[in-house]
Amino acid sequence: MNEYTYPIILGILVGTVLRVFMLRTDYRQYPTYLHGKIIHLSLGFIAAALGTIAIPSIMEKEFTAVTFLTLAASQFREVRNMERNTLTEMDSYELVPRGNTYIEGIAVAFESRNYLVIFTSFVVTLCYLALNIWVALAAAVVCFFLSGMLMSGSKLSDIVTVEEKPISFDGAGLYVDNIYIMNIGLPERQEEIMKYGMGFVLTPKEFSVRSTIANLGQRQAILHDVSVTLGVFRDSGTPALVPLIKRDLNDGRIGVFILPQEKDSKRAKEIIEHVPVLENAIQMPSRKGRRNHS
Amino acid sequence: MKMEKAILAAVTTEDDRVHGSAAVFKCDTKEEMEAVAANLEAILDGIAHALSDQLYIIVKH
Repeated sequence: MNEYTYPIILGILVGTVLRVFMLRTDYRQYPTYLHGKIIHLSLGFIAAALGTIAIPSIMEKEFTAVTFLTLAASQFREVRNMERNTLTEMDSYELVPRGNTYIEGIAVAFESRNYLVIFTSFVVTLCYLALNIWVALAAAVVCFFLSGMLMSGSKLSDIVTVEEKPISFDGAGLYVDNIYIMNIGLPERQEEIMKYGMGFVLTPKEFSVRSTIANLGQRQAILHDVSVTLGVFRDSGTPALVPLIKRDLNDGRIGVFILPQEKDSKRAKEIIEHVPVLENAIQMPSRKGRRNHS
Repeated sequence: MKMEKAILAAVTTEDDRVHGSAAVFKCDTKEEMEAVAANLEAILDGIAHALSDQLYIIVKH
């Protein structure tokens, strides 16, 4: 036991608890049960330890020890690769795949959460050693709030309005409102689609949103989320029963055609509104004008 | 090889409508045409698209 023992224990503890707090198992199905969770909790523990020992090392004038953090950075980039590979492998077996943009978003989130853990442990240990334990605990609470804030991105309802619209056939053409979706030839498929299908139209709230919701990865994420939560009326070998999203080229609206097993329009609307806006899909064309004028 | 966007077969009730390398199934009635298209759709993992009342194509997407 020395003067660093308690600060190090506190730093590691707070970091690991933060990782537990940030580990969510939800409809995205990942991390699933025990094993997936253990991988992330262990890496969280390692991240916390790395963040914590940086401070005592500096205080002992062991500056080279800080270079361990670079090692951590490369390790956690590996975490991102690991997530990406696992999810891409799994994706080919999904009835409605997630799509690469969604996978990349999840992988980035896993990597960044480890950095948040390093940062938190670093700050907590610093506060303990430089000031006292109460300041360290206060810093821990602030870090929890900050992490919670940084972790939550925006959702679709922030950028679009979602309305349920009827689906209809004009000859063989399937329409959601007035947006053409696809050509369905067989009358029996048409009947199934009229029975199970639902249509929604997403209208962008402002101009720069158009390119975000037009992003194919973002559209795939919407279809995946709805299909995972409400089930999907299809099987392998029935390509005619694929949920689809098409764009109205005139005004940038998006027509969503889904085939849920559970036809609950209120819930479907809620789910679409809660689909995360993918980091990689966000574009800000309106910023360009602003920068030119300022 | 992964095949994308190819016409796998055509089903028609009009004799002279379709020519070419895709398999062409000639049927006598519209009902027969729909039944053949439904079967082909299931067998070939494609989608039956209606180009007109007399002509369906099975397309791999």
